[in-house]
Amino acid sequence: MAEYSVFSLLRNAFSGSPDWKPAWRKPDPKPSYDVIVIGGGGHGLSTAYYLAKEHGITNVAVLEKGYLGSGNVGRNTTAVRSNYLLPENIRFYEHSMKLWENLSHDLNYNVMFSQRGVLNLAHTPAQLDDLARRGNAIVHSGADSVLMAPAEIKRLMPGIDISGTARFPITGGLMQWRAGTARHDAVAWGYARGADRRGVDILENCEVTGFIRDGDRVVGVTTTRGEIRAKKVAVAVAGSTGHVMNLAGIDRMPIESHVLQAFVSESLKPFLDTVVTFGMGHFYVSQSDKGGLVYGGDLDGYNSYAQRGNLPIVEEVNSEMLALFPSLARVRVLRSWGGVCDMSMDGSPIITTGPLPGMYLNCGWCYGGFKATPASGWCFAHTIARDEPHELNAPFTLDRFHRGILIDDKGVGSTPRLH
Amino acid sequence: MLITCPYCGPRDVSEYTYQGDGNRTRPDPASTDQEAWNAYIYDRLNPRGEHHEIWQHSGGCRAHLKVTRNTLTHAISSVGFARDAGHRKSDGHRKTGAQA
Repeated sequence: MAEYSVFSLLRNAFSGSPDWKPAWRKPDPKPSYDVIVIGGGGHGLSTAYYLAKEHGITNVAVLEKGYLGSGNVGRNTTAVRSNYLLPENIRFYEHSMKLWENLSHDLNYNVMFSQRGVLNLAHTPAQLDDLARRGNAIVHSGADSVLMAPAEIKRLMPGIDISGTARFPITGGLMQWRAGTARHDAVAWGYARGADRRGVDILENCEVTGFIRDGDRVVGVTTTRGEIRAKKVAVAVAGSTGHVMNLAGIDRMPIESHVLQAFVSESLKPFLDTVVTFGMGHFYVSQSDKGGLVYGGDLDGYNSYAQRGNLPIVEEVNSEMLALFPSLARVRVLRSWGGVCDMSMDGSPIITTGPLPGMYLNCGWCYGGFKATPASGWCFAHTIARDEPHELNAPFTLDRFHRGILIDDKGVGSTPRLH
Repeated sequence: MLITCPYCGPRDVSEYTYQGDGNRTRPDPASTDQEAWNAYIYDRLNPRGEHHEIWQHSGGCRAHLKVTRNTLTHAISSVGFARDAGHRKSDGHRKTGAQA
């Protein structure tokens, strides 16, 4: 398998690129594996990668219903951060951040992780107090966070409207400098290549149609490419969690699937070199290396498995962008799309053994799954290999809802569209 | 997405407020069955396909509606009053819309 380096790049650049090989094989399914991971998104691929790398389990198949990178791993707005309030979340996402910081090197694949900072804006004194409290919690837990005054923010992003006459005047913001963005497709491709070269079979166009049971125990799956058996079946299907668990006979979950839209504008000259989020609504924007503004806002707000949304949110998100950056009024939207998010009842994920014997479950990422990709796979691999959660994902159980130990970072309760 | 309100006719989704999953049954308020309350509050059917849900025409006549909508295509197959489906029983002492 090709190693990527500046020398291989130069050699291929001057020789018409004869040496590049496919980054992963296209194998046929074997009749059985040690572990099947359902879902070839970022989390499924990173799970397979860490199963092979950290636990030596290489007889693994990753089942992807479409092509690799066709789901949320290629549909998110690429922000990576660890600025959570609750200790369970900070520890987990900070672990993810540390994996991000070494990911390109670890994978020998440039995921273009750019620690350009993520700034959350406040628009009232009370909101600024709340951000200060959050910042203190973050710093206390060992991650980084710093409050910024409006003048500093203006220096950082000259296009922003900090005037007192703005619709929602800016009183300050909370910056995490180590946060940033990563090239989302490269994350999928890098993990796929890393898993493949360690012996993992990545089976594309292989949709799970049912589970094979031996009594209570899950012993394999039926797919559009035939029956595949496994000692352990791991589910990491994000927005399709409800559907796939239904195939396993579990019809009710603490999850609702919702559609989240995202947008890219036409290419602009360098305009914004951090990620910024609006505090008087739900809006976030960054500028990609190609120059397009990558931005999004709230969910559409109703149950949906459709990877497309409706126009009211398009209008709302764009109006929020103009509230922050009036100068963008004549910039055109290039593309918009939708992804299906697995909204949990407390806004925090589920990484656990079960709920059936032989099954492992990874879901509930709401619309924050991309930043969690490395730690999610790392913890899920540990959970699958050892049959018990790692300390970092031990709080993220499925039964925490019925036991009353929720991890509700935003404090909005069991209305998943609000998380 | 248009929802056809029985009173107001087809109106844009922005006039409506989503009240969520209509498949849940609220336990009797006097019930102390912890498991029934937990299931009501936290568990969802979340089907890929036909979904029964409650919407309020909050930007119009304010009626609570029971809507059957396909979550994969967003096609709406039926709209009726939520009270006719047995929801919002606490409002039962009020006159129906036709009498009001």
